[in-house]
Amino acid sequence: MQIVQLLLFLILFPLIAAIFLLFARKTFESGWIVKIASLGIGVVSLYLLAAGFDKGGISYAVSGWAIDLVMIIIELVIAVYLLYLGIRHRKYSAVILVLVQAALILWFEATYGHKIELSYNLFFDQLSIIMALIIGIIGSLICVYSLGYMETYHQRHPEIVDRRRMFFFMLFVFLSAMFGLVFSNNLVWILFFWEITTFCSFVLIGYSQTEEATSNAFLALSMNLLGGVAFAAALIYIATMDPSGRLLELNTLIYSGYVFAIIPAVLICFAGLTKAAQLPFSSWLTGAMVAPTPVSALLHSSTMVKAGVYIILRFAPVLMGTSEGLMIALVGGITFLLTSFMAISQSNAKRVLAYSTIGNLGLIVACAGVGTYNLMWVAILLMIFHAVAKSLLFLCVGTVENRIGSRDIEDMGGLIERMPKLAVMMFIGMAGMFLAPFGMIISKWAAIEAFTTAPFGLVFIVILAFGGSASLFFWCKWMGKILSVMRHQENVETGIRPEKWVVLYILTGLVVMVALIFPLISSTLIEPFVMQVYGETTRLAQANITIMLLMLGLLIIMPFSMLFSRKAPRIAPPYMGGMSTEGGMKYTGSMGISHDLVLSNYYLKNYFGEERLSMAGTLVCWGLILIAFIMIAGVIL
Amino acid sequence: MIPEPYSSIINAIIYLLLAPVVGGLIAGIDRKVTARMQGRVGPPLLQPFYDVGKFFEKENLVVTTTQNFYALSYLVFMAVAGALFFSGGDMLLVIFAFTLSHIFLVLGAYASFSPYSHVGAERELIQIIAYEPMIIITAVGMYMVTRTFYVGSIVQSTTPVILYLPGVFIGYLIVLTIKLRKSPFDLSTSHHAHQEIVKGVTTDFAGPNLGRIEIAHWYEYVFLLGVVYLFFAWNPLIAVAAIIIAYFLEILIDNTTSRAKWQLTLKSAWLVAGTLGVINLGVLYYLRMVVP
Repeated sequence: MQIVQLLLFLILFPLIAAIFLLFARKTFESGWIVKIASLGIGVVSLYLLAAGFDKGGISYAVSGWAIDLVMIIIELVIAVYLLYLGIRHRKYSAVILVLVQAALILWFEATYGHKIELSYNLFFDQLSIIMALIIGIIGSLICVYSLGYMETYHQRHPEIVDRRRMFFFMLFVFLSAMFGLVFSNNLVWILFFWEITTFCSFVLIGYSQTEEATSNAFLALSMNLLGGVAFAAALIYIATMDPSGRLLELNTLIYSGYVFAIIPAVLICFAGLTKAAQLPFSSWLTGAMVAPTPVSALLHSSTMVKAGVYIILRFAPVLMGTSEGLMIALVGGITFLLTSFMAISQSNAKRVLAYSTIGNLGLIVACAGVGTYNLMWVAILLMIFHAVAKSLLFLCVGTVENRIGSRDIEDMGGLIERMPKLAVMMFIGMAGMFLAPFGMIISKWAAIEAFTTAPFGLVFIVILAFGGSASLFFWCKWMGKILSVMRHQENVETGIRPEKWVVLYILTGLVVMVALIFPLISSTLIEPFVMQVYGETTRLAQANITIMLLMLGLLIIMPFSMLFSRKAPRIAPPYMGGMSTEGGMKYTGSMGISHDLVLSNYYLKNYFGEERLSMAGTLVCWGLILIAFIMIAGVIL
Repeated sequence: MIPEPYSSIINAIIYLLLAPVVGGLIAGIDRKVTARMQGRVGPPLLQPFYDVGKFFEKENLVVTTTQNFYALSYLVFMAVAGALFFSGGDMLLVIFAFTLSHIFLVLGAYASFSPYSHVGAERELIQIIAYEPMIIITAVGMYMVTRTFYVGSIVQSTTPVILYLPGVFIGYLIVLTIKLRKSPFDLSTSHHAHQEIVKGVTTDFAGPNLGRIEIAHWYEYVFLLGVVYLFFAWNPLIAVAAIIIAYFLEILIDNTTSRAKWQLTLKSAWLVAGTLGVINLGVLYYLRMVVP
């Protein structure tokens, strides 16, 4: 089978599944459709890996005026629908942005669009494979997980209208749009899929139709539309400068030289910053957690924000060594630093995860903005590790929330006794996020080494040193909370549906697996891609990889040491200052009343409080973005 | 440049065997010198070994059996970190293994859910984030001077690293104060009875587990002082003298200051890392990258 057929299959198949889901009458039916479609998407993504890992940088001629026409019609329908909703909910900023963008797109189509006939609309290289695997495997696993989650969700929240058919429809449209986005070479197509993902996330965030959900959905919409407007402006600029439209092809544009490419690059990277929820725009992603947890998992790990960093990665060669690129990198770096601090002060598990996502994306943006070949390597590695570990963590938190009815970390005390299997999975996910020798730390390490040779790399090393240690703090105290068993508690790990378990097991396995086989991922996918773009590539030294693998092995066998202790240790009560009463975790107060012992983590709000930091970050990052814009204005003039 | 595999493995083995002996002796000397500073006679030089020997004869008393695992993992990964360091491995990898081992200590303290060890765990974490940026800056600083992250190559460098990294060295001394659990930064646990009776992070470790943690400390001492050696590696005699002076300085600071609050610890450690460390690196960066 030809690669191009696989690409088209991956774009269209989720769409077909979505349409079937829209018409599925029973939950039973939609359950099977979701499972079969997910399996299909996953298998074809893997097949794409097998068929295409050794082929890089091929563009495919798929074209037709009909496709363009359909795209425009869909865009206009969505715009009208958004206008209607915006006016009904009195969200006028969103209305204005929809109007501006629709006007830009119509103008573009009327002036240039119909004249431009691009031949190479689809594109395929190793980065596309990596993205396809992230979307196809992790995304579809999340869809399967949603089946069970949504059932419990509606049992728990009877007040929310059951719109599950629409929900699953949107999930699969989302996957389809993501595939379209990463396979498209034509920037007009990319913008189309870009807008579809914005729309999908808008609908999914607002799923519960509460006031908070609606207003957060509109916040996400407005911010992403702002990016979309910049994207559309980039298209118009390219078409004005080059009426032949050849430069609307991504693979031509990024090699067209600094003077021409930097302007669309900055505009599109601005769109990427909005989508990747970087600092002035981070509030849409933290707000998005009102949605059901699988939606958060999807937004954070395999779709949406990954689209944002993906497009910035594509433009990294253009940004390399430019001061505009440095500004974008600084936005990412400052986002990483401040969100890592802010996560310390949060006790809501999903918020901690959200800030950690934004921070890690910031790191990817920082790498892509500086844009040297070894940082490109790091950025892709980061993206892979982050997608796997973060999806697992979100789904774990979702499952815990379903069972104990809270997503607050303080309520997760003793989870290791209440839900042992899930606690271990969360543990592995968190280890994947910050502990050697798992994924993220490998990237952090490689990033430090790569920044030592990059221009202005010192700034980013300092950011990494401080931000990295902050992230260590919030992950570790969360781990500690799960471990500390205050009093004996019942095991409540029952009634979790088997398909949820399957998904969680697979993702846990993936976290460990990518840590084990990352040298293979690097040599078959990342290195060829970096080689092809930059003509040189990098990797970790073989000796270090061996040591890492040995450490990982040691970490895996260490828990078994508990099985081989010579004799069982004697269990004693914990030290309570000699004051405990009733043989347990209680203190006797001055009036003879016994109080339960309550332990709580440190949140250091005075130091790492959200408000002050995000205010500062917003100001600084807006400043940096403005400087970047002024710089490209200078290039135009 | 990666050092010869055989000699590096031999170095690692020598470290694994000898570091506890050297570390224990250092602990013994530390106690002796401290006692003299306080006008006491102090315990015999080998007292730390007697103590640990006794720990292992005691019954294994735990709050939860997982504590065995955490204490053992702390020891194992501390030994791994040190062995990597002395075998000439990548400095950043050494730092990550070092951090990993401390995470196990913290988790062990959390697992025992005594309020004292809980506070100890939180404070230990604050200590970790206080010193971690500086230790990374140290590694990067050494890279900027010697153009390598490999300890094996840094140690062979003929450049007097200390002359290029005076600010980083001062920052590293603060790391040393925190990591040797010396006043004023001995927040999470202290070796001295004058600071506390309930021993923070190690409150609920007893018997063999406490012994393992003590041995891990010995491994840690040798590793931390090994980093001091790197600053002076071009001349081994000066290096050894520097280690002795640095350690003496730490004991002196320990005995002349009282424990700081965590706020002050975090602020001062970050302030020094952010000013002395970063400015030092900035100047180096300017000299190395921009001028030529």
